[in-house]
Amino acid sequence: MINNLENLGKQTRSSFTKLGRGSFFLLQAVSGTLSVLPRPRLLLNQLYSVGVLSFLIITISGLFVGMVLGLQGYYTLSAFGAEESLGVMVATSLVRELGPVVSALLFAGRAGSALTAEIGLMKATEQLSGMEMMAVDPIKRIISPRLLAGLLAMPLLAGLFSAVGIIGGELVGSGLLGLDEGAYWSQMQAKLDFQDDIVNGMIKSIVFGFVTTWIALFEGYDAIPTSEGVSRATTRTVVNSAFSILGLDFILTALMFGEH
Amino acid sequence: MQHTRTQDTLVGLFVASGIAGLFFLSLQVSNLSSFSQHDGYMITARFENAGGLKVKSPVSAAGVKIGQVSNIHFDTKTYEAVVTMNIDPKYNTLPDDTTASIFTAGLLGEQYVNLEPGGSESYLKDKGKIDITQPAIILEKALGQFLFKSAEEKSE
Amino acid sequence: MDNSAPPLNSLVSVRNLSFSRGNKKIFDDISLDFERGKITAIMGPSGTGKTTLLKLIGGQLCPGHGAITVDGQNVHQLRRTELYKLRKRIGMLFQSGALLTDMNVYDNVAFPLREHTHLSESMIRTLVLMKLQAVGLRGARELMPNELSGGMARRIALARAIALDPMMILYDEPFTGQDPISMGALAHLIKSLNNTLGLTSIIVSHDVHETSLIADYIYVISEGRVIDQGTPTAMQQSTSAWTTQFMTGAADGPVHFHYPAKDYIDDLLSSGKRY
Repeated sequence: MINNLENLGKQTRSSFTKLGRGSFFLLQAVSGTLSVLPRPRLLLNQLYSVGVLSFLIITISGLFVGMVLGLQGYYTLSAFGAEESLGVMVATSLVRELGPVVSALLFAGRAGSALTAEIGLMKATEQLSGMEMMAVDPIKRIISPRLLAGLLAMPLLAGLFSAVGIIGGELVGSGLLGLDEGAYWSQMQAKLDFQDDIVNGMIKSIVFGFVTTWIALFEGYDAIPTSEGVSRATTRTVVNSAFSILGLDFILTALMFGEH
Repeated sequence: MQHTRTQDTLVGLFVASGIAGLFFLSLQVSNLSSFSQHDGYMITARFENAGGLKVKSPVSAAGVKIGQVSNIHFDTKTYEAVVTMNIDPKYNTLPDDTTASIFTAGLLGEQYVNLEPGGSESYLKDKGKIDITQPAIILEKALGQFLFKSAEEKSE
Repeated sequence: MDNSAPPLNSLVSVRNLSFSRGNKKIFDDISLDFERGKITAIMGPSGTGKTTLLKLIGGQLCPGHGAITVDGQNVHQLRRTELYKLRKRIGMLFQSGALLTDMNVYDNVAFPLREHTHLSESMIRTLVLMKLQAVGLRGARELMPNELSGGMARRIALARAIALDPMMILYDEPFTGQDPISMGALAHLIKSLNNTLGLTSIIVSHDVHETSLIADYIYVISEGRVIDQGTPTAMQQSTSAWTTQFMTGAADGPVHFHYPAKDYIDDLLSSGKRY
C-alpha cells in the first residue's frame, strides 16, 4: 500500500518535471523560430519531410473516409428520405471533426514518429552534442525549423483531407448511388458557414499540428540516447499525440460549437 | 543540386495543393461565396410567433435564397417577434406589400422566412418594414386545433 | 587542496574539480594542466568519466565544485554567447564521429563554415577541399556518412573539427574499435596536425600503445582521482603497481579480475537459494 503510494508520488513528480522540461523546451524552440526566418532553406527542407512525405497517406485516407461517409450517410439518410442532405452530412463531419482529427492522427503516425526517431537518433549518435560543440545551437538549427514546418503543414494537410473527402463523398453519392449532384453541393453551401465550420476546423488543425510536433520533437530530444530509448520515445510520441489530439478536440469542440 | 530542385518543386506543389484545398473548402463548400452581410440592405418584419427561426436562417423568395436573418428580438410593447433580415442588394425590387411567412423546409427541416411579392409599384428600401406577416406554424398548436375540430365534428 | 597557479604555458587548467552523477562520484577534487602546443593524454579504465571530462571542458556539463579555465576564461562563468565564441575555437572529435547523417561528406565539413562565416561558396569549397586533403579523403567528398567506415568517419569528423582553425582539439577515444591500419593513420594524423597547425590536443583514451606513441604527457585517472602522471617513458618505468597493471594490461592486480563477491567455496556449497 505504502509502496503503491510512493510509486504514485514518484510518477506524479516525474511527469510534472517532464512537463516542465517540455515547456522550457517549447519556449526555446519558439524563440528559435525567429532565427529560421532568414534561412528559408532550413524550413523548406523540413516542409518536404513533414508535408510532402505525408501528402500521399493524407489524400488517400481522406478519399476513402469521404467515400465511406458517403455510403453510410446515404443509407442512414435515405431511411428518412433525406438523401439530399448527404452533402451537408459529409462536409460537416469532415470539416469540423474528421478532417482535423484524423489527419492529425495520421500526421502523428507518419511525420511525428519520424521526427522523434530522427531527433532521438541524432542524440544517440552525438550529433546534437557535436553541434553544440561546434557552437551551433541544436534547438535553433534542428528543432525550430521542424516546429515551424509542422505548424504550417498541418492545416494544409487537414484542408486537403477534407477537400478530397468531400469529393470522395460526392463520387459515391452522385456517381454510385445516383444522387443529384446539384443538391449535394447546394445544400452543403447553404448549411456550412465559413466562420463557424471552415475557420474553426482550421484552428483545430493548427492546434493539433502544434501539439503533435511539439510532442514529437520533445520526445526525441528527451529520449534516452540508446536504440531502445529511441524506439520507446517513438511509441510514446504516437500514443501521447493521439491522447492529446482527442482530448483537445473535445475541449475545442465544446468551446467552438457549444454556444449554438 | 538536382536533388534540392526536385525537392523544392515538390514542396511548392504540396503548399499549392494545400492552399487549393483550403480555397475549395472556403468557396465551394461553405457559404463564403454567397453575398457577405455588409453589402445587403435591411428589412424588418413583425411576427406573432417566430417559431424555430434563428439568426442566419435563410430568407427566400419563390424558393431562391435571397438573404438571411440577421437579428431576432422580442418587442416588449406589442409582444411580437421583430425579425431583421439582410437581403442581397441584387434583389432590390421587392414590392412594399410583400408578405413574409415562416415556413419549414420539409417535415423535419429548419425554418426559413418566405417572402411573397405583392403587386405594389413601390419597392422596399433599406430599413423598410413588411406589414403583412404569417406566423410560424407550431406543430402542437396545429395538432391541437385539428383534434379539437374532429372531436367537434364527431359530437355533432 | 591544490591552489597552485597553473603553469605559464597552460592552455586548459582544471582546478579541484568534483563532479558526480546521481550518487556516484565521477571526479573527486582533481587538478590537471594541459600545455599549449602539446598532446596530453588522459588514460584510465572504461567508465572512469574520461568523456565526461571533455564535456566539462567544452562547457556542456557543469561541475559540482572547482573550476576549469580555457585560455584564461573560466568556462562555467561565461555567458552563453561567450561560451559559443569559445567553442568556435575548440574542435571536438566524438567517439562516433557525430557526422550529420542527412548530409554528405562535403556538406559536413562545410557545415561549421556555413554556420559561422559568411564566406562565398567558392571560398568554402577551397577550404573544405584543403581540410579533406589534410585527412586524405578529398576523393570521398560525395559519400554519405553511412557509406563510410568507422575510421573514415572519424577522419572526416577530424576535417570538420579543424574547419574553423581551432586552437585546441579534444579527442574522445579516437582509437576505439579501429583496425591497426586506420589506428596508425589516425595517430599519425593527430600528431602531424598538432605539429603543423600548432594545435593543443587533449586525447581521452584507453589504448595504451597508440596513445603513448604520440602523447607528450599522460595523466592516468581511476575512480575519480589522478593516479599517476608523467611523460610516456616515465609511465613505462613507473613503480606504481596500478600504472604497471594498466600499461601492461595484466588481468589481475590492484584492479581485481573478480567483481566483489563472498567466498567461492561457501557460495557453491550454500544450496537452496535461487541465486
